[in-house]
Amino acid sequence: MLQIKVKIISNKRLKGNYWHCVLSAPSLARASRPGQFLNVRVSDGLKPFLRRPFSIHNVCGGRLEILYEVVGGGTRNFSCRKSGDHLDLIGPLGKGFDYRYAQNKRVILIGGGIGVAPLLFLSRAIKSMDKLILIGARTKGQILCEKEFKNFISDVKISTDDGSRGFSGRVTDLLKNLISIEPRSKKEIQLYACGPKPMLKEVCNIAKAHNLQAQVSLEEHMGCGIGACLGCVVKTKNGLRRVCKEGPVFDAQELIW
Amino acid sequence: MKVNLSVKIGKLKLNNPVMVASGTFGYAEEFKDFINLKKLGAIVTKTITLSPRRGNPPARTCETPSGMLNSIGLENPGLEAFLKDKLPFLEKLGIPIIMSIASEEDPREFIELVKRLNRYKAVSGLELNISCPNVMGQESLISQDCQATYSIVKSIRRITAKTLITKLSPNVTRISDIAKAAQEAGSDCVALINTLSGMSINAEKQSPRLAAVVGGVSGPAIRPVALKMVWEAYNKINIPIIGMGGIIDTSSALEFFIAGASAISIGTANFINPRVSVEIISGLGGYLKRKKIKDIRSLTGSLIYES
Repeated sequence: MLQIKVKIISNKRLKGNYWHCVLSAPSLARASRPGQFLNVRVSDGLKPFLRRPFSIHNVCGGRLEILYEVVGGGTRNFSCRKSGDHLDLIGPLGKGFDYRYAQNKRVILIGGGIGVAPLLFLSRAIKSMDKLILIGARTKGQILCEKEFKNFISDVKISTDDGSRGFSGRVTDLLKNLISIEPRSKKEIQLYACGPKPMLKEVCNIAKAHNLQAQVSLEEHMGCGIGACLGCVVKTKNGLRRVCKEGPVFDAQELIW
Repeated sequence: MKVNLSVKIGKLKLNNPVMVASGTFGYAEEFKDFINLKKLGAIVTKTITLSPRRGNPPARTCETPSGMLNSIGLENPGLEAFLKDKLPFLEKLGIPIIMSIASEEDPREFIELVKRLNRYKAVSGLELNISCPNVMGQESLISQDCQATYSIVKSIRRITAKTLITKLSPNVTRISDIAKAAQEAGSDCVALINTLSGMSINAEKQSPRLAAVVGGVSGPAIRPVALKMVWEAYNKINIPIIGMGGIIDTSSALEFFIAGASAISIGTANFINPRVSVEIISGLGGYLKRKKIKDIRSLTGSLIYES
């Protein structure tokens, strides 16, 4: 865990409310693992007051990338930061994805909306040749990182809620369809998901119904991000657990929705 | 010029007057990567109760203007687990460790806690948390009543020689009355303020932002309230005051000394800048040198004004 000031190399709008920030942070980049996050002081003043957690989108050489959606005052502030500015970061934080046993499996990644963010770093790390990603978006203009994923994954499937591209409907419905025709045994399949809560809940239900291994990455409001304040807890079979410390990645079997 | 930053709180000698506030610093280990913990004046632990507590359901925190709301509900592993898993790390630091303790339903739990803790030298002092606003089902706080404050502090004073700090709630009509009750009962010091009771609503959903509906406000938003209460208590009591509430840098720390605090605690600011406490320690030294003040103790209550 480090608290450092890093230089913004670029901070640009990708499309709509989605932004992409590249930081020069060799020491953080070296220490980061897929699924971990950074706690960013988006403004030097008191507005917003608390840091904002962002998953690590990608690590490339000494550079760290953050993909984020502008949803409120804090993220709007972040989007105003210019290249050359310095950003106060704490990271890498939390427990990331466990992909040790994924190398020989059929790996299915499911990203909903901005939830694709941590999956790019993960998809690079997993060496399995048998990877598939389902990218879900509300409409075709909001599909994120299709090209980037194609660099690491041969099979990229798209779903849109309004049917403007790819599968028409929820990304979890697409997942259900694919699982029902999946020829491999359940033990050979590993799911990784990140996205809005209802989506993750559905992924957990699907995993439970078909007895599949699944890990999901959660998002919560955080006080400290380092395990001290106990503010970001979620309900699990082992009691309340901190998203910032025991998470943000949890086993689907463990979570109570 | 050499300046003195050391202060005395009860029997405790602090190398400097900067402490970290209960609930914002875990059990210190969470911060070991960021600062040299030995540099702190003292560490106040997250509150411990006799039995483990699950705390309140999520959502437990949300941001508010210049601050935040929390309703953790005193989640903690309980006394036994604290002694076994947390105290050994704290003990090795060699600085005063102040253990924050609270009772759940029955104030007599305090007595049992203190009796057990009397045996542990590593626990240098006790902070009586009689002011947590987040215990559900509780109608009022001990620290909202002079008599209740007096009687709990008195009964604990009778059974321990350890330094006693009584942590007070700002959710009262007159804080100096409560501070006086704590002083008369034998408290070595009062710490103020705990969080201000508050709430926040998501208007779109017409629902509270905290699952417990209400919580405690902290951060710079409450600093003027805290400062005024420190000043008010300072004018009415003789025991030292640990001032806290929205301190985020050296200048806000200084305000509390000038208002009457002998030491200060850093709370919510630890979340934003884990290094803030040590930055303030050096900032205080710099201020004293610049102002040619030899001893931090002469800054306490040094407010200059025309009445």
